[in-house]
Order: sequence, then structure tokens, then C-alpha cells
Amino acid sequence: MAQIRIENVRKDFGSFTAVQSSSFTIEDGEFFMLLGPSGCGKTTTLRMMAGLELPTKGEIYIDGEEVGMKPASQRDIAFVFQMFALYPHMNVRKNISYPLKSQGMPSAAIKQKVGEIAEILGITDILDRPVGGLSGGDRQRVALGRAIVRDPKAFFMDEPLGALDAEFREHMSEELRALHDRMNATTVYVTHDQLEAMQMGDKIVVMNHGVVEQFGVPQDIYDWPATKFVAEFIGSPPMNFLDFHGLAGAGEQAVTFGETTFEIPRLIDGDSGDLTFGIRPEHIRLDDSAPYRGEVTAVEYLGTTQIITLDTANGTVKARAASADRVKVGERTGLSFDPRTVTIFDAETGRALKSEANVGVQANG
Amino acid sequence: MSFSVTDPTKGTKWFAGIAVVAYAVITIIPLLWIIATGFKSPTDSIAYPPVVVFEPTLEGYVNLFTDRTRATEQMLEEAGPPETWYDEIARSRGTVISGPSRYGERFLNSVIIGFGSTALCMVLGTMAAYAFSRFKVPLKDDLLFFILSTRMMPPIAVAIPIFLMFRNLGLNDTHLGMILLYTAVNLSLSVWLLKGFIDEIPTEYEEAALIDGYTRFQAFYKVVLPQAATGIASTAIFCLIFAWNEYAFAVLLTSGTAQTAPPFIPNIIGVNGKDWPAVAAGATIFLVPVMVFTVLLRKHLLRGITFGAVRK
Repeated sequence: MAQIRIENVRKDFGSFTAVQSSSFTIEDGEFFMLLGPSGCGKTTTLRMMAGLELPTKGEIYIDGEEVGMKPASQRDIAFVFQMFALYPHMNVRKNISYPLKSQGMPSAAIKQKVGEIAEILGITDILDRPVGGLSGGDRQRVALGRAIVRDPKAFFMDEPLGALDAEFREHMSEELRALHDRMNATTVYVTHDQLEAMQMGDKIVVMNHGVVEQFGVPQDIYDWPATKFVAEFIGSPPMNFLDFHGLAGAGEQAVTFGETTFEIPRLIDGDSGDLTFGIRPEHIRLDDSAPYRGEVTAVEYLGTTQIITLDTANGTVKARAASADRVKVGERTGLSFDPRTVTIFDAETGRALKSEANVGVQANG
Repeated sequence: MSFSVTDPTKGTKWFAGIAVVAYAVITIIPLLWIIATGFKSPTDSIAYPPVVVFEPTLEGYVNLFTDRTRATEQMLEEAGPPETWYDEIARSRGTVISGPSRYGERFLNSVIIGFGSTALCMVLGTMAAYAFSRFKVPLKDDLLFFILSTRMMPPIAVAIPIFLMFRNLGLNDTHLGMILLYTAVNLSLSVWLLKGFIDEIPTEYEEAALIDGYTRFQAFYKVVLPQAATGIASTAIFCLIFAWNEYAFAVLLTSGTAQTAPPFIPNIIGVNGKDWPAVAAGATIFLVPVMVFTVLLRKHLLRGITFGAVRK
């Protein structure tokens, strides 16, 4: 098992830059998520780690050894493809034993090893079937079997659940996580699904336009997004942005807009001009006595909670409230924000201003 | 495009069935006629109106495989009674068999040159097509166009330069020369066809093999080639048919040791110009290898490239 370190890795395809100067470290045994929208460079980053693409610049270390220019076959890693890529002209057993064959393992040992793996994955009964007729879940298990059979240094998975039906996905994601915990193997997992990333990952890298936006544990990324992009990409509904023109001074503990002053975590960096006040929906309270007003335009009932959409002077806001609260469309009400969970962004650069609350998290990324 | 979701009516089915049968009959009649002519006597073969019902004879095949000399009655008597059935046929025409004809050799030449050039063409074609399909080749599009452009005129248009080149290189009337020539002519077709087939194969298969510890070349022949079997089979059939049936270059560049069957068959007709059954017999036998080859590869032609192991 291995630690993987990426340093200033860049990848150009002709004039298009897929990845710009990415750096992060994946610790030994971590379940690591590469998260971002499609085209953000996450798959390219993974493929460079695996040796399927060569980086234009930068270094990739697996267990301290620089492998950037090494062919994939010599990196001792396993890759699970989104489309599984099972060899169609071989049956399940041959698919799983194929990586062992390349190492020249004797066939008796291969047979035993494949049997063990099949036991773990619960696919003993389909070992001699052709891969063509298998269900999505079984194909997924065979692909995993092929990956884990030779105890590689690390597992790379490119949206491995993307090709599965929604109901089955949940089940497989649990199986995957359980498998990881059992083998305790360094796993790098690419996904565009923020829920999947939050659920399964020990750590997450959020990428956008080839740039690493933030790097950290799921809770920190959710609570203290480093950029507006992360704040918007993670969470459903995403973080609310109230745009205002004003001042947020260093050392201040409040900002003022719409003739109302809001408490915020004490700022370390100051800024002025176009700013954005960021607050998660669950940290907004509807409070008739609050001075900051909004008009309810929609109510979505979600069972235990409801999402209330309000129009305010600084933009539309979605608040999460207990479903017992009686709120009517068209009603005007006051809003108050939990002062401990506010992030102030520079509206132009989209970067979060450093405050006492998020400074520890930001140092990570 | 829209597709009818209703089943075809009985009338449609009948119409389609009759159309297919009619087409099959029209295409197969000349073939049947040649096969039938092979079993006719020379008189029947040029009879007018043509005879459809006739007494079959193996005379054509005997004439195809033997050289005969005209014999006087005295010679026939001296030779004693015919020893074999083909002796008997020859004697019934007042001839004696003087030895085997050259057809066997020419046929073997066709096999060596046809299958040799097809094999060479497949080896070079799959590797070139794979490279064009997967790697960043400088000036790729120009190169592909250039390769195709070699087929934009009839190959025979360059017959004279090739003839002179072959003479200077000592390739005239050699198996190697003909194999190289047919490979050169077929290669553009095979690179283009195979590139199309290889483009269809998802790159994940090879990448999986690379990750599984195989080299690029191992990934190519262990994973890509089996996937491309359909394409290789159909391309091989096209190449073989061209090399097998090629006539003009064979006439020009071969005369003895490396002569293939196509230029030889018309010569069988003989000085009297009436031995059509022997010509038809030669053509019939000549058909067999390509038919066998096609039937053997039919399985691959009909089978899909992938069986759904990659979900699209």
C-alpha cells in the first residue's frame, strides 16, 4: 500500500489545458475522492497517476518514487473503469486471473487466488460464465475482482458506479467502502456526484477547470468552502449567496447590507467592494421579528424538512426548515442567519475571505 | 429515421422472400452454368440452342489436368487396353495422355501468392491501422489520404513502371514479387478498413491490459486483435479475392515458375479453341479455395465485435 503525492502536475492536450498545476497528497490507506463537474480534469488527473496519460509537467510520486514517465504496467496499481472494460473474449475466471498471468504466477496459485477473491465478492457461482450476459452489478464485481486480485499498491476508480442503476448504486457504494475498509488499500475515486464523495470519502479534492479548488475532509469542505464554486457544487440545495456592495474589514465581526448588520466569524483578511455573504440553507431561520425581510415564493416539502425559497433584496435564498413549520407562499417574513457558519467571499475572485472559523481548513488546501 | 413497429404482413413477407430468391437465382445462374459446362462434352458446351439437360462427362476435368497427344489407330492398338478411367476418356477422343498438365502448379502458385499476400497484408495492415487509430502520428490525416490515394487510379495504370522495376530487381516471375505487388495494392484498402474496425474498439480494453501488467504490444495482440476478429476476417476476404482473381499483372509479370491460375486458364482452351469444358472445369476448381476461406470465416463475419462487456 502506498502514499501518492502529486506535485504541480499539468496536462495540455494541444492548446487545451486539462489540468493546471495540481498538487495534493493521498495518504496510505485513504479513500480519496476526486470530485468535480465533467471536464474539470479529475479523470485526466487519475489517468496521469495510473500512467495512461503522461503529464506535460510536474511529478507524481507513488511511495516516494517518481513515476510520472513510467508505463502503467510497471506502476503496480489497479484501475476500475467506468465501463468496466472486462475482456469480452474471456470468461469471468479468465478476466480475474489475467493480471496474475502477466506476473507469471503458476496456474494452481492463480486458481486458488481467484477462488478467494470470488468468495470475497460473492461471485463464485458465475466464475465460468462469459462476461457478456452478466448484470451490471456482477460486471462491477468482476471488474473489482480483477483489480484486487493482485494486491496492488493502490486502486484507481473512474466513476465505477456511473454505469449502474440508481438503486443498485447505493448498495455497491456500501460494498465498495466495506471492501476498502477490509483491505485498507489506498483508493483514489473519481466522481462527479457530491453525495457519493461525501458519503464514501476520507478526503476530497474538488476540481474545476483543471484547477484544484479545495482539498480536505468532507465536513470541512462542506462547512468552510474555499471558493464560491465549491460552496455551490457541494450541498443540495447549494450554499446561498447574498451579493452586496460594502466593506468587510480585517478583525471585524460583522458586515452590513440592506440596512441590517449581520454577525459573522471574526475576519482575518479584509476586503471591500463587491462581496458575497454565503450561508447554508440549514443555517437560516425564519423569524418574524428579524429585521432582514424576504417574500416566500415556493415551498418544497421533503418529508422531514422543507425547502423554502425566498426573494430578498440581495437575491433568492433557499432555507431548510422543519416540515412542521407552517409557511405560505406570498408571505413576508424575517430571516436570521447563524453567525458561526457564515463565509464571506470576494465576489470577483470567488475566494473565501480568511476568518477565524475557516483559517484552519484553508491552510490545508 | 423512423421504423415501423408493426410486424410485416404476410404479403410483405412473401414479396420479400420472392425478391431475395429471385436475386439469388440471378446471381448464381452464371456460376451454375460454368459448373455445368465443366461436365459437358465439347460439342454440348458450344451447342446452340444451349443444352440444359446433357449426359455428364469428366472429359473436361481430364483435359484440364493432363497433356495429351493425338494418336494413330496403330499406336492405340500397340498401347493395349486403357488402364484407367481417364485413359479411357482420352482414347475415346483418339488421344493418349502424355503427362500431367501445368494446372496443378499454377493452382499452387495462386494459393501461395494469394494467401501469402493476404497474410502479409493483414500483419502490416492491423499494425498500421492500430497505430493510426491509437497514437498521435504526425501528419496522420495526410498520411491516411496518401495511402488511400494509391487506389485512386487503376493499379494497372502503373504496369509499365512496375514491370521495369521488377525486371531490374529480379522480381519478374517470382512468388516474392507477386506477393509484394498484391500486398502493396491491397494495403491501402486493409489499413482503411481495419482502422475503422479498430476505432470502434473502446480503448479501455487495452488500458485495462496495460494496467494489468502487459506491454503495449501484448495488449495489442492479446486484447485488441481478438476484438478486431470480425474486421480482420472481412478485410482478409477482400484482400484474398483481389489477389486471387487478379489477371492483368499476372499476365504481364509471370510466365513460368510463378504464373498464377487466372492467366493459365484461358490457355487451356487449346489451338482449336473449343475445349470449353476444360476451361470451365479450371474455373470451377479455382473457385473452391475462396469459397472455403469465406465459409470458414463466416462465423467471424456474423459475430458482433463486442458482446456488451462495455456498456455504452
